[in-house]
Amino acid sequence: MTLEVIGISVLWLFLFGYIIVASIDFGAGFFNAYSLYRGKQHILTKIIQRYLSPVWEVTNVFLVFFFVGIVGFFPKTAYYYGTTLLVPVSIAIILLAIRGSYYAFTTYGGLKHKIYVFLYGVSGLFIPASLSIVITISEGGFVNMEQSGPILDYFKLFTSPLSWSIVVLSLTAVLYISAVFLTWYADHANDMDATELMRKYALIWAGPCILTAAGIIVEMHGHNYEHFTRLIQLWWLFAISLVLFIGTVILLWKRHRYGLAFGLLTGQFALAFFAYGISHYPYLLYTYLTIYDSFTNEAMATALIIAFIAGLALLIPSLILLLRLFLFNKEYVQGKQSNHP
Amino acid sequence: MGNEEAVFFSRVLTEMTLSFHIIYATIGVGIPLMIMMAQWVGIKKHDEHYILLARRWTRGYVITVAVGVVTGTAIGLQLSLLWPNFMELAGNVIALPLFMETFAFFFEAIFLGIYLYTWDRFENQKKHLLLLIPVALGASFSAIFITIVNAFMNAPQGFDIIDGHLVNIKPLLAMFNPAMPTKVAHVLVSAYMTSAFVLASIAAFRLLKGSNHIYHKKALFFTMKVGLIFTIATVIIGDFSGKYLAEYQPEKLAAAEWHFESEGKAPLILYGILEDGEVKYAFKIPFALSILAHGNPNSEVIGLNDFQKDETPPLYIHYLFDAMITIGMLMLVLSITYIVGLWKKWTYVRSKWYRLLIVIGGPLSILAIEAGWWLDEVGRQPWVLRGILKTKDAATSSGQVDTMLLLFAGLYIILGIGSNIVLSRMFRKNTIEQELADRELEEAGELY
Repeated sequence: MTLEVIGISVLWLFLFGYIIVASIDFGAGFFNAYSLYRGKQHILTKIIQRYLSPVWEVTNVFLVFFFVGIVGFFPKTAYYYGTTLLVPVSIAIILLAIRGSYYAFTTYGGLKHKIYVFLYGVSGLFIPASLSIVITISEGGFVNMEQSGPILDYFKLFTSPLSWSIVVLSLTAVLYISAVFLTWYADHANDMDATELMRKYALIWAGPCILTAAGIIVEMHGHNYEHFTRLIQLWWLFAISLVLFIGTVILLWKRHRYGLAFGLLTGQFALAFFAYGISHYPYLLYTYLTIYDSFTNEAMATALIIAFIAGLALLIPSLILLLRLFLFNKEYVQGKQSNHP
Repeated sequence: MGNEEAVFFSRVLTEMTLSFHIIYATIGVGIPLMIMMAQWVGIKKHDEHYILLARRWTRGYVITVAVGVVTGTAIGLQLSLLWPNFMELAGNVIALPLFMETFAFFFEAIFLGIYLYTWDRFENQKKHLLLLIPVALGASFSAIFITIVNAFMNAPQGFDIIDGHLVNIKPLLAMFNPAMPTKVAHVLVSAYMTSAFVLASIAAFRLLKGSNHIYHKKALFFTMKVGLIFTIATVIIGDFSGKYLAEYQPEKLAAAEWHFESEGKAPLILYGILEDGEVKYAFKIPFALSILAHGNPNSEVIGLNDFQKDETPPLYIHYLFDAMITIGMLMLVLSITYIVGLWKKWTYVRSKWYRLLIVIGGPLSILAIEAGWWLDEVGRQPWVLRGILKTKDAATSSGQVDTMLLLFAGLYIILGIGSNIVLSRMFRKNTIEQELADRELEEAGELY
């Protein structure tokens, strides 16, 4: 394995981590706002406070890790993506700020108002939409090289069926991942009402999620044929992913072993995400940038990998501790312990 | 938008984000240490008041940290969005500390979540205190790693440029550059100092507002003591920073001191104005600049005449320097007179005007932090990477920076107002008197 491949694999793994934990966070906010609107707020608010409040900052670090890491391993991405993504990423930052301030002001600060719940919920849908643009752009065809540097063609981006399919996929995936996780968490907390509600949402969003995912592959045929053929070569990974998806839905349907259902879902997304990533290889930005021509020097790459291993040695035990306290500790999850300062 | 405009707006947006972020970042680095010390004293002395100090500070800290996370994410991304050429170069040489910073931050975020939601979960309070150590360490190491990146911008090394290509890259050498020791130390101790004075300011404010509770007096004594220690440390390290500048960035020191001609026995110029290149109404301390620069009253200090005109920073940084050290000295005097006055039982310590000074000291310390960072950043101009890359060549070519500037200005206004409202509401609603009474009731309830 070359240093380039190790670098991109590490980053892709953390991006996957971000997609899962952030989807849970984003979707929960949306469901919370929706149920407030439907007058069922109390069902979800508690769960959101119990699980999301202690971990949202950690979720955010996954994203920071990814973008700092990609500039470290592949410095040329700073030039290409930095120049073109000013507007979409700035919007994403603002939306992330809205979420952060919801935790700061409402959960910790006790400022209660419906408008915050609404903003918190809606931001959860717009963040994946705005961040998913990065994936779309990486497919090529949206960036023109001009004298002054790379320029993003907004008209093409907003009129492309591919970019809208990716936006829709990001939304359905967020809602589906989140609903499945919250079903399990609510069940874990012995909260029957919340479990039933979230199970219903999970089943509702399962279909749209898998349909839009399949739709992307079809879109790719027209947009980037080279990538399409590479996707098709990896059909077996997508097939296993589909089997795991069916497994999740069956478990949910039968109200059976929600923990396993969430495990299968993680597997489903991991396979699809890595299959997509492998098929994207070696390009970071179609035709302009590959992982090889954008790679940093060997000395820096080695230093980063050593730092990464040392960092993981610190991080993994800490993450396990965090999960044990807030995810696997029954007393805490069921709300029998309240230890807020 | 022309390139010049893009550069201008990129600079304004970066300056705005950093100026806003640094308030929350500084508090975020310093407060965990204060909480840790207070909780430790509380456990040692079995003093409920110190434990409560830790608890109440934590509640406020969570809010500032959340805003800090948000603005930190913003600046992290803006570096690539606004300065893509710089980040491409920097990514090759100085990515290591940036990357390590995310780990430090990860560590801090994880344990902050745990610490926050496990009050009273342990029989032994010391175990809970242990959880705070990684928070404080993570916060301080974040500051260390980020400051290393900034130090590198001031004194880049650890690479060669041959035919426009970066070669011989040594990541560790780049990290341990000459600017690093003084800069890192200065940032850390001044963050601790500022946090102590911000907390002292709150305690003094409560006392001024009529509360006579021993809790606030303990808080004031504790924070002023800690503040004094770190102010002394800041002054000493500030002196080293002057010596670093004289050696490695003489143009920055010369511009900050309005030192136009290279000469020995150089006086330190404070305040004053410039009229047609003449310094007027200034306060001159003989030999002081030579001492600050080299520790010797006779030694020569390089002046601005030894540099090309287009490679020296703007002269207004003199005022930033003045603001920073004036406030630093004021805080030194204030904390010394407080400690001495208390020890000698002089009455002015309890007087209204003196407490008012301590209240003002908090915001002033933050102003000193701002002035210090502006001095650092503006003082490096016209370079973004001293001697290697000019700021004007590093900015984005995007045409939408001005719109983004407005967008972010709106965001920071909302965050600033929001965090102020939330923080003041939180403590006004739940005063210490109220909280102590509630806790007594709670404990009584547990007995029955």
